[in-house]
Amino acid sequence: MLLRAAPWLVIGLLLAPVALGVGLTLLPAFGYLPVLGGDAFSLTPWRELLAMPGLGRSVLLSLLSGVLTPLLALAIVLMFLAGSSGTALERWLRRLVAPLLAVPHAAAAFGLAFLIAPAGLLSRLVSPTLTGWERPPDLLIVNDPWGLAMMLALIIKEVPFLLLMALAALPQCEPGPRVTLARSLGYRPAVAWLLCVLPALYPLLRLPVYAVIAYASATVDVAMILGPTLPATLSVSVLQLFSDPDLSLRFQAAAGAVLQLAVTALAMLLWRLLEVLAALAGRHWLAAGQRARGEAALRLVGRLGVALLLALAVGSLLALLLNSVAGFWRFPDALPGNWTLQTWSRALPEVLAPLGNTLLLGGAATLIAVTLCLAVLEAEGRQGKRLAPALWLLYLPLLVPQIAFLFGLIVATEFLRWTPDARLVLFAHLLFVLPYVFLSLSEAWRHLDPRWTQLATTLGASPWRRFWHIRLPLLLGPCLSAAAVGLAVSVGQYLATQLPGAGRVPTLTTEAVALAAGGNRGIIAVWALLQAALPMLGFALALLVPRLLWRHRLGMRSTA
Amino acid sequence: MNTASTPGMTHRLQLEEVRLRLQGRELLRLSAELTAGEILCVMGPSGSGKSSLLAFLAGFLAPAFEASGRVLLDGHDVLALPAEQRRIGLLFQDPLLFPHLSVGGNLRFALPAACPDKSARIEAALASVGLAGFTERDPATLSGGQKSRVALQRLLLSEPHAVLLDEPFSRLDTALRREVRALVFQTLQAAGLPSVLVTHDPEDAEAAGGRVVQL
Repeated sequence: MLLRAAPWLVIGLLLAPVALGVGLTLLPAFGYLPVLGGDAFSLTPWRELLAMPGLGRSVLLSLLSGVLTPLLALAIVLMFLAGSSGTALERWLRRLVAPLLAVPHAAAAFGLAFLIAPAGLLSRLVSPTLTGWERPPDLLIVNDPWGLAMMLALIIKEVPFLLLMALAALPQCEPGPRVTLARSLGYRPAVAWLLCVLPALYPLLRLPVYAVIAYASATVDVAMILGPTLPATLSVSVLQLFSDPDLSLRFQAAAGAVLQLAVTALAMLLWRLLEVLAALAGRHWLAAGQRARGEAALRLVGRLGVALLLALAVGSLLALLLNSVAGFWRFPDALPGNWTLQTWSRALPEVLAPLGNTLLLGGAATLIAVTLCLAVLEAEGRQGKRLAPALWLLYLPLLVPQIAFLFGLIVATEFLRWTPDARLVLFAHLLFVLPYVFLSLSEAWRHLDPRWTQLATTLGASPWRRFWHIRLPLLLGPCLSAAAVGLAVSVGQYLATQLPGAGRVPTLTTEAVALAAGGNRGIIAVWALLQAALPMLGFALALLVPRLLWRHRLGMRSTA
Repeated sequence: MNTASTPGMTHRLQLEEVRLRLQGRELLRLSAELTAGEILCVMGPSGSGKSSLLAFLAGFLAPAFEASGRVLLDGHDVLALPAEQRRIGLLFQDPLLFPHLSVGGNLRFALPAACPDKSARIEAALASVGLAGFTERDPATLSGGQKSRVALQRLLLSEPHAVLLDEPFSRLDTALRREVRALVFQTLQAAGLPSVLVTHDPEDAEAAGGRVVQL
């Protein structure tokens, strides 16, 4: 039966390209790529790579970004949850998380740039009253040499992601009873949460955390917009080598991609070390029996951190909005001198084709991903057992730096003489959309009360009838949410669009990132806003459609 | 009007040397023969395997269990059949009306595909339990007793040849429990359906008036 093969089909679909991609990156990294005249293995690519000025700095930047940003983001999320789990504040934030998560990385990075740059919104708000600045100060806030702005943008995006993952996993850890019990033993609530809930929660969060490490250590679009330039982060340097018209640089680029793989692996290794240390410290804390120490600090830092990041995210969007409708805007003025829709009307004709591409790619990738995920979950349900160990492989594309295997995939398509086109881009998108859709959908699907299916069975319904008439409608809400996640992931893809499409499949994201160098703030703002609007629209629809559809079904309110 | 199966046919359920084991430990051992309208009451504390017995008969037993024995419904071995073809209906503790379907939609889901004049049968089924005109209602707006009655009619419309009852009255309050219990037992007996009732309430056993097996 085809359905029974679905899990293996999907795993193969994801595993093969990653394995092939990494393999075909390794060959040219060691000098072998006959198409470009590399007939023998050699270490020349590595010698040339290591001779690049500033390489050490690039590596260090990528490593720092890969360890520090997940560390800070996770610390903020955990401290917030420890101090606010089960409160009204948490419930309120829960509703904000999805739209924040929907903003693609590039749009968030542009927004942050417009907020914190020397001539940005923040500087305008406090000038000249507080700073005395009459003209933008000559500070390198954006593209700073240590990548602080880039890391801030990454943290702004990582916190909602980790928060959402934690909130989804939390019910399984029974935080209520655990904290109540610990409190009855005299522990203060936040301390109780950290000592009794976190040990159960963290294993469920590990996969998303490692995905964050992989992304943060190898991001391309955020680094191109906010990151340092001379030298750039490792991933950006590799992309520059790869895009160079001088094809002989491809060998060096491949070596760089392998180095990126090693840097990401090292970041994960360092993280593993931190995990062990944290577990030791936690055991020590437990054994010491301290019940109240740190309570106030935990609550304060968690809430402050989340509030600050929230303010930055909202401020970024506001900065984009203002820039897109600003006419003449003298420096220290907080608001533009005059307002205009000219930027929008000028940009719109050029937007249409990329917008169409973005929608088509996102729609197709999401549709395929949701269908495949449902097939995997349905097969799993009918066989009555989880394929848990094997399904871990589904997440592989999220754990390997994009540039390390996309590079090899391009080499493969060149071998096969496939011309880069939208189908290749679609396939590349699918590699990232599918794992995220599965991540969003699987928990809800597996936790549907089994009695619904059993009841339908005893009423004589066939397996497919149970799927179409019972499970799918009951889980329509989670399915649509997963689809919205899929669309957001597809819309945000930069490297997976740029490399397989060879720049010939423009989307909102690739065009927006390309504009970064140009520096026309109004135009950039329009593109970034459109890029952010599309996923947000998706999430809004995922919320609205079930409400509309089930408006006469009170029992569906909780699941929708 | 509410014949649960071909009129004139009486159903018979035979359990022959049914044994359930979990990790080598025997949970239960049972042989019984039920004629039309007879209710076998299986009692026991939690963990005694009474729910597993129902899961075994209905076809949902988790793979961790080992089961042996034969189950014959009207002389045919049902264990060889997939769950949806066994024609064994099930009433849970909760009425479990599908929340995304109307009351009528819930009943329609149970009707065999080949059934003619579905709408008329749905109307008649609702009218027989005093719920005429409820077809378009949202199940969430029904009272507890009304939900139980719809669930019972849904079961009958699926034309089972035997019925399993998994503590179906335990979630109802005392007054309602008696009323629903009487209705369910009368209906099952009138329809000539052999039934297995799992419960820990002695009153259920007494009202069923049939054989009681203590696990």
